Amino acid sequence: MLLSKELDRNARVCPHCGKHYRLPAIERIRLTFDKDSFVELDADLSSSDPLEFPEYQDKLLSAIAKTGRQDSILRGRADLDGRAVAVAVSEFAFMGGSMGAVAGEKITRTLELAADEHIPAIVFTATGGARMQEGLYSLMQMAKTSAACEKLARAGAPFICVFTDPTMAGVLASYASLADIILAEPGALVGFAGARVAAQAAAGGKMPDDFQTSEFNFRTGMLDKIVHRKDLRDTLIQLTSHLGGKNG
Amino acid sequence: MAKTWREWERPLIELEEGIAKLRSMQAEEASTKATEIEEQLQRLERSRDNYIRVKYSRLGPWERTLLSRAENRPYTLDYVGAFVDDWVELHGDRRHADDKAIVGGLGSIDEKSYVIVGHQKARDLKGRQYRNFGMAKPEGYRKAIRLFDLAERFKLPVISFIDTPAADPGLESESRGISEAIAAGMFKMFSLGVPTVALVIGEGGSGGAIGIGASSRVLMLENSVYSVIPPEGCAAILWRDPTANDRAASALKLTAQSALEFGLVDEVIPEGFGGAHRNPQDTFDNARDALLRHFADLATLSPDQIRRQRYEKYRRMGVTSES
Repeated sequence: MLLSKELDRNARVCPHCGKHYRLPAIERIRLTFDKDSFVELDADLSSSDPLEFPEYQDKLLSAIAKTGRQDSILRGRADLDGRAVAVAVSEFAFMGGSMGAVAGEKITRTLELAADEHIPAIVFTATGGARMQEGLYSLMQMAKTSAACEKLARAGAPFICVFTDPTMAGVLASYASLADIILAEPGALVGFAGARVAAQAAAGGKMPDDFQTSEFNFRTGMLDKIVHRKDLRDTLIQLTSHLGGKNG
Repeated sequence: MAKTWREWERPLIELEEGIAKLRSMQAEEASTKATEIEEQLQRLERSRDNYIRVKYSRLGPWERTLLSRAENRPYTLDYVGAFVDDWVELHGDRRHADDKAIVGGLGSIDEKSYVIVGHQKARDLKGRQYRNFGMAKPEGYRKAIRLFDLAERFKLPVISFIDTPAADPGLESESRGISEAIAAGMFKMFSLGVPTVALVIGEGGSGGAIGIGASSRVLMLENSVYSVIPPEGCAAILWRDPTANDRAASALKLTAQSALEFGLVDEVIPEGFGGAHRNPQDTFDNARDALLRHFADLATLSPDQIRRQRYEKYRRMGVTSES
């Protein structure tokens, strides 16, 4: 039996089978960026339930209690091997890492910070997609974050996205897929359609065993590289060094 | 909870049958009964109009959802046929296939040329399969992207007609990158220096809709809907109850009127009396006038101003609070 402590020592990767378990956002930051370099931004940005959606306030309150965060994105500035970067990490434990107005705003500000200061943007996704409880506002975050990607691309600063388990639906179909470089952790669920809809669509048809995994998306050309958690920091350092203006 | 829009149209159909019968009598009968028939006819027509006026001013979100999907509402190519001249449909994404669920091409309105793209549904079983129920695969979005490039190069404004339940969710779509295709559609639209106007004519189904709908202006027909998830999906997730569609539609606030109230769309376009399905011609006229009005508004802006305005428009979307 796998002990929780044993998992924690190994960055929540099973030392026996290599399964990558989900990581709290702050752990991801610690694991990836230079020690004590992270400075959080917009920690207090919170949802104001614009639709007055049934039970949403309760769900928000319990997610806040559970995670100690106001919403599903932890964002800020950090250094990566001494290089300044703009960072955002999904907190999956906060309502499935879903993107409402707060997440959309924080991702947009991350990409705008990178564009303004000409520094790399690095985003770790772990999300079920757009947040149903904010209705059309959530859907519009797809457009808003995509607009920010276009702005960043024009500014000429690099955007690297790391898909972790899971990276789905409205987030995959917006900013996540617009990164210059896309990495994924092994075995992550990565797809457009939710399990229910995909199962309906598959009715009668045969799905490959690896359907909607990192490996499937790699095989079909949708991402650059599957990287083991222990190698992610080094890979990100290499990439930002190549794309970060080394050639003057 | 209504299961189809035909449920509340049943009394109307009866009234209309009565009206049709009287009309044919009027044509055949001798003049002795003419005034009597005429009086009856006027009474029935008044009842019909009253029913329409009352019922259609009180449609709830779920009823509007059903109506937005009504199979005799006009579809994209009906709008094109009604007010676009010299239409030339263009095909293929130059990579894989020609998607039939998104049509696109060149056409003119008021002697000005436009790039036009739109989701396309069909009314009969064979047609629906051919159009994949209006659910586009990656090649549909990539065809649109190709046409957006064309628009930019030849300085043509872009019209998007939005009418899809969702993007295609199958294995093929996932294999060819449906998520990337939708994202790339939005990305391309934000890069355009030409004005772009989207009109939601039926179902604005989530990512499948916004993939060709991230426009300078977004208009919605009176009985169209725009939602992050269909009410059925929302009900299944939240209440594990597919009959709670009514409740889900209300909670999602997916009507054109709500979207306008939230400031997420620019204008609600009235349909003809009794809805686009009963009165397509007035709906076409209203749609055409609204499109031209918004393009006229945007015509004075430089490409940079167009891009900046579009960016600012979406940048503002989303209500948050800082505690």
